[in-house]
Amino acid sequence: MRAEAPVKKALPKSLTPQRLVELYRKMLLIRRFEEQCAPAYRQGKMGGYMHVYIGQEAVATGFIAHMRDDDYMICSYRDHGHALARGTDPRRVMAELFGRYTGVAKGKGGSMHLVDVQRGFLGGYGIVGGMVPLAVGVGYGIRYRGTDQVCLCFFGDGAMNIGPVHEALNMAAVYKVPVVFICENNRYAMATPIEFASAVPNLAERARQYGMPTKQIEGMDLLEVYQEAEEIIHHVRHTPEPFFVEVLTYRFEGHGIADNPTNQALYRTKEEVEYWRQRDPIVNTARFLIENGIASESELLEWDSIAKQQALDAVAFADASPEPPLEELYRDVYTDMEVQEWR
Amino acid sequence: MALITYREALRQALTEEMERDPNVFLLGEEIGRYQGTFRVTEGLLQRFGGMRVVDTPISESGIAGMAIGAAMIGLRPVAEFMTFSFALIAMDQIVNHAAKILYMFGGQIRVPLVFRGPAGGGAQLSAQHSHSLESWYAHIPGLKVVTPATPADAKGMLKTAIRDDNPVIFMEHAKLYSTRGEVPEDEYTIPFGSADVKRQGEDVTIIAYSQPVLMALRAAEKLAETEGIECEVIDLRSLQPLDMDTILGSVRKTHRVVVVHEDHRNVGFGAEIAARIQEFAFDDLDAPVLRVAGADVPIPYARNLERAAFPSEEDIIRAVKRVLA
Ligand SMILES: Cc1ncc(C[n+]2csc(CCOP(=O)(O)OP(=O)(O)O)c2C)c(N)n1
Ligand SMILES: [Mg+2]
Repeated sequence: MRAEAPVKKALPKSLTPQRLVELYRKMLLIRRFEEQCAPAYRQGKMGGYMHVYIGQEAVATGFIAHMRDDDYMICSYRDHGHALARGTDPRRVMAELFGRYTGVAKGKGGSMHLVDVQRGFLGGYGIVGGMVPLAVGVGYGIRYRGTDQVCLCFFGDGAMNIGPVHEALNMAAVYKVPVVFICENNRYAMATPIEFASAVPNLAERARQYGMPTKQIEGMDLLEVYQEAEEIIHHVRHTPEPFFVEVLTYRFEGHGIADNPTNQALYRTKEEVEYWRQRDPIVNTARFLIENGIASESELLEWDSIAKQQALDAVAFADASPEPPLEELYRDVYTDMEVQEWR
Repeated sequence: MALITYREALRQALTEEMERDPNVFLLGEEIGRYQGTFRVTEGLLQRFGGMRVVDTPISESGIAGMAIGAAMIGLRPVAEFMTFSFALIAMDQIVNHAAKILYMFGGQIRVPLVFRGPAGGGAQLSAQHSHSLESWYAHIPGLKVVTPATPADAKGMLKTAIRDDNPVIFMEHAKLYSTRGEVPEDEYTIPFGSADVKRQGEDVTIIAYSQPVLMALRAAEKLAETEGIECEVIDLRSLQPLDMDTILGSVRKTHRVVVVHEDHRNVGFGAEIAARIQEFAFDDLDAPVLRVAGADVPIPYARNLERAAFPSEEDIIRAVKRVLA
């Protein structure tokens, strides 16, 4: 079940060269944004855990590309890429990571709890699999109102081993909710390989008994993800019924900021990481753009420097932003009720 | 006024709110075709249809999560736990999700929902089916906790709960469902955070909520008849928000307090009340605040043991005499 990533020879029908360039630049922005995180963390600008999306960019980008403005999405703590793919302002994302008042959640959520209500992004969640039941409720709400919206729910391979996910998958099928369950199988839950944790390591196969269509797809190739996602989301929007898709992918960096290369040696080899780096979705797509005459080398360089500039600009913005005022400590506990100051 | 049961009062609240607001829907185990394990939702499936009265699998996390997700996009779910003992399965959804979403997303996503169902014991259901654990929920910032004792309060407060934009833990009591009381026939709601002085008295303040309120009232009557002791009985009605003004007002009048609840004594809600009274009205106290509460044991099955595990009228009477001694 190792993913091979052949460069596709043709553009999917629905994908214009311009749109492909747009998506490529989204992946590039995610990559350059994520690359700024570790240095900022080391300088003490960020705290907490910090999970980057490097290597998996094609997954969020390829799926979110098919969301309509009124669709919903929800995901795990590894959420920077999803927010950026959805079009959330990188400055406000970085500011959230810095714990600043200009962040997407006023600095009260941090890296694991990004959100963008205006874009239907209902948040990143820190309890593995915990938001999967929420997606069923969102889907039920859509059915209740009788619209043709969909909800994308992203989670990791590790989430397949926690009970509530299975309650949710079953209920999703029972109520035929328009939710796409996107299991981003990057082969590890922290240091635990999928084969160690799942008796049936093929997760699409494992989900098959839930009475919804399931599929395993390649996640390192943007074109492939894009095309599969298009069909799946179209199906869910018009049937409606949920869909479970396992996307084979890989994280190039450690699980979180603490999982440094020395640490990673405890559970994976340099060769393995190198194997997957050879399948880098950004390099793949760049090659496709060149080979198909969609972009020139100089354009690629220009876009890259723009993405890098955007990431640096986000860092500068975050750095210059104020911390949340202390009154924020007691705000938003309830919508309508003051919490007493403890001092 | 109409004399109806607690169960009917709840059903009226659900019915009226569902008619008023199409965003309100119910979900839970056996609430539709079976009409509800305690018959609270009787007739509602027939009246509102399967989209709004949703029978669910036995999936407490799934039920809670589904309610939260639907609430996040603007519906107003009322999820029933067959009993609050089963809500333990859903604790992560309630505590880590429902209670946190407003805050951790900077106030941008509201979770207007109600988790309701019977709490407490007393029907020989033994160790795994007799929990209430209201202090667990009251401990969590972001949750409101409501514990009505009478049909009128149950109806008015369930309506308030459904209209509230925050997650509300609405604890009924299995032993209350068949109790009767006068309920106004006109539309009304009862706000949270306003305790109800259910009996006036000068000598001792008894603070209770949920089913023990009835016990406290009976104990107060006996004490008045036999001992000439006049107890003030305060029904808190909601634990979060908590009406400290009414509590402190009464303490300043009687100077003696007994707190009663069915949940375990150790780290129970009575401890919080006692702590706050000593913090804010220490000089008004003529005696230590006493607690009459559930024994700190798993609830046993045998009738005599179960009875001994829960507070009784006699326990309250004894405590009142002690606090006066
Ligand atoms: C319920 C729960 N248990 C444990 C953790 C600690 N934890 C955080 S991430 C993680 C691994 C999850 O792996 P996976 O679902 O594959 O997602 P990935 O990190 O690979 O994106 C664990 C065990 C947690 N956050 N929540
Ligand atoms: Mg993983």
